[in-house]
Amino acid sequence: MTGMLSRTADNLYWLGRYVERAENAARLIDGTYHLSLLPITPEEHGELWRRLFQSNEELELFQNKHPGFDDDSVVEHMVLDPENPSSIVSCMDAARDNTRAARAELTTEISQCMNQTWMDIRGINMDKIHERGIQDFLDLIKERAHLFQGVIYGTMRRGEPFLFWEMGTALERAENTSRLILARSNSFHRAHRRDDGFDFYRWGTFLRSANAYSAYRQIYGDIDPVSVAEMLILNTTIPRSLLACIEDTTDILKTLRREAQCAEMSERLAAEVRSMRLDQVLRSGLENFLHDFRNQVHALSDQIRADFMMVR
Amino acid sequence: MKNSDDNEPPKPFDEMLEPDGTVRMAYAQYGEWLHGTSKDTLLRKDEQADMMFRRLGITFTVYGDAESTERMIPFDIIPRILDPHEWDYLSRGAIQRVDAINAFLDDVYHDQAILKAGRIPPELVLNNDAFRPEMLDLDLPRRVYGHIAGVDLVRTGPRDFYVLEDNVRTPSGVSYMLENRQTMMRLFPELFATNHVAPVGRYPTELRNNLKSVAPVGVDDPTIVLLTPGRFNSAYFEHAFLATEMGVRLVEGQDLFVDDGLVYMRTTEGPKRVDVIYRRIDDDFIDPLAFQPHSMLGVPGLLSVVRRGRVTLANAIGSGVADDKAMYVYVPEMIRFYLGEEPILQNVPTYSLRNPDDYKYVIEHLEELVVKEVHGSGGYGMLVGPKSTKAEREAYAQRLKAEPEAFIAQPTLSLSTCPTWVEEGVAPRHVDLRPFVLSGRRTTVMPGGLTRVALKEGSLVVNSSQGGGTKDTWVLER
Repeated sequence: MTGMLSRTADNLYWLGRYVERAENAARLIDGTYHLSLLPITPEEHGELWRRLFQSNEELELFQNKHPGFDDDSVVEHMVLDPENPSSIVSCMDAARDNTRAARAELTTEISQCMNQTWMDIRGINMDKIHERGIQDFLDLIKERAHLFQGVIYGTMRRGEPFLFWEMGTALERAENTSRLILARSNSFHRAHRRDDGFDFYRWGTFLRSANAYSAYRQIYGDIDPVSVAEMLILNTTIPRSLLACIEDTTDILKTLRREAQCAEMSERLAAEVRSMRLDQVLRSGLENFLHDFRNQVHALSDQIRADFMMVR
Repeated sequence: MKNSDDNEPPKPFDEMLEPDGTVRMAYAQYGEWLHGTSKDTLLRKDEQADMMFRRLGITFTVYGDAESTERMIPFDIIPRILDPHEWDYLSRGAIQRVDAINAFLDDVYHDQAILKAGRIPPELVLNNDAFRPEMLDLDLPRRVYGHIAGVDLVRTGPRDFYVLEDNVRTPSGVSYMLENRQTMMRLFPELFATNHVAPVGRYPTELRNNLKSVAPVGVDDPTIVLLTPGRFNSAYFEHAFLATEMGVRLVEGQDLFVDDGLVYMRTTEGPKRVDVIYRRIDDDFIDPLAFQPHSMLGVPGLLSVVRRGRVTLANAIGSGVADDKAMYVYVPEMIRFYLGEEPILQNVPTYSLRNPDDYKYVIEHLEELVVKEVHGSGGYGMLVGPKSTKAEREAYAQRLKAEPEAFIAQPTLSLSTCPTWVEEGVAPRHVDLRPFVLSGRRTTVMPGGLTRVALKEGSLVVNSSQGGGTKDTWVLER
């Protein structure tokens, strides 16, 4: 590797993160949309969002503006609110900004794809969402995120810029998946199982939120919370499992610079996750494990900055 | 002179059609094609072109316009075509000017022979804001200051080309020359099969070789970067485009730093030395330690490295003293003094308002003249006399009175027109031309350039910030 501009590396890293984050938000809303078709209480529905926002420290922002967790409030917050840095609109703005900043390292196709998406969602508001249907809008976001990632895979040279983008995507996935599990951490106990078929839908929705539903059905068949946890934490064939994300990150960091401190850190974290005893963790507290995991991911991204971004 | 009973102003020279309606040589093939092409086809091509530019995200920023800070420069699908003879004449003239300007810059920062010889008033150079005493007695590689120049030309007749200005600071627009050509080749491949259009695509390679040839002494394989003010700058697209096409890093001031007499960039592998900087930041902002102290765009200490000869800036600091609108008057003099030749291209007669006689004339003839700020650019703050209202002229006269030395005036030239695709179909619109001249090992000019077109009927202002568009410029090889 010959060394790219630190600032551009940072732009590409965040480009990866923001596009993945937007797609993740679309999936989360989509999942609860399915959920609301089921006989689920509004309280349970609201509790889910409350925990999701809490894990991302955006609960206060939400509650300052919205009295309850009704559909429109959630969509307003997750899709449209420019003050919410994780809303789809904020993410796409940031992604476009990073695309422009890193333009000289990207192919024309990548810039074009981002511009087209930005033109298509520019000026979106609640009326327009109601008009076309939220489902349609979420599909557009997911489709464009996949297209964008596909264009990068298909057209970009496998050099440093690509690797920084890929790493941002992997770390964002690790964060999103850990957050998703965290929001439901108290439901993984066997004691909480309900056997009325409702659980099947609830966990199905959960898996869809992690883009892992059909994979789960292929690997495990019947829905069972322990298997769901095992898959999303440990199964390395699932691109958004915690272990897969950290292993991807480790590989990338080693390719960038084998002796970098962050590469070692990442490898250690992967080994830790790999050797975890799931049954024990589920008994003693999934929350602690996830908090610890998230702290380590944050420390890892700080170390990446220190190692590659010439942080002053 | 006009007859008093001649009310109709004479029709301006048209690039395609003679006054009697016959098609000029340059347009012989194209004119036939245009004649046989339906309005519907042109309309469709125009829409396609628009979509292509939007998706590419080719935008520029309009300052002082909060509503839409990002706009596209309209692209016109009808090319501006020059025949080989016209181009031969033009390109020789443009190279001659840039050679003289580089000789002048080397002179005023060394012996100042032209000032001593009394050919240019010394105070005009030495008191000029763009003159940088910091550059005195510094020997630049190959004695080149303006490595990249954009010479703005207008035409009033078959052999009548006038230079409006020689941009030797940080001229922009070359990305439009390249993108316009690519767009035209995608829209009208059949036209390129029948017309022998000189290619312009190797410009980035030539520019890179050119920059390489002016690397500091002893650096064989220089690291070249393009320094941009950042993605909020009006020409950011062009900066990113050129960096990609040249295969060099696009850096901002914050990416560079000076240490122990050298310039470095911050990379993922640590500091990396930089040898040549193609900078698109003005002198004032390039080094907060030497010039504007509050500039966040530049690199503190950069000038000190330039002075040690350990980094080359293109264009060199202090080049602006040559393209000042007041200095423009003396370019023909520079050509005679340094090259011993007669100017190939003409200057527009220019009135310097610092001169009392000129001042008086201008005030009395505002309605016929174009008045510009000496330090202005981009068409901002100019008065086009024949298109102005009485109130505008009176307000402008107040500004002239307050600060006469800040203005020059020129007669309104009857700019040539070129067929252009507008709402009602194909119609003549006024155009100018900016060829790009590169200086290094030798001085060259790409066969083509940026043709700007005033899209509003009758308008003479081609600047993109004032509603102008661009055209592909074809130089025919035969």
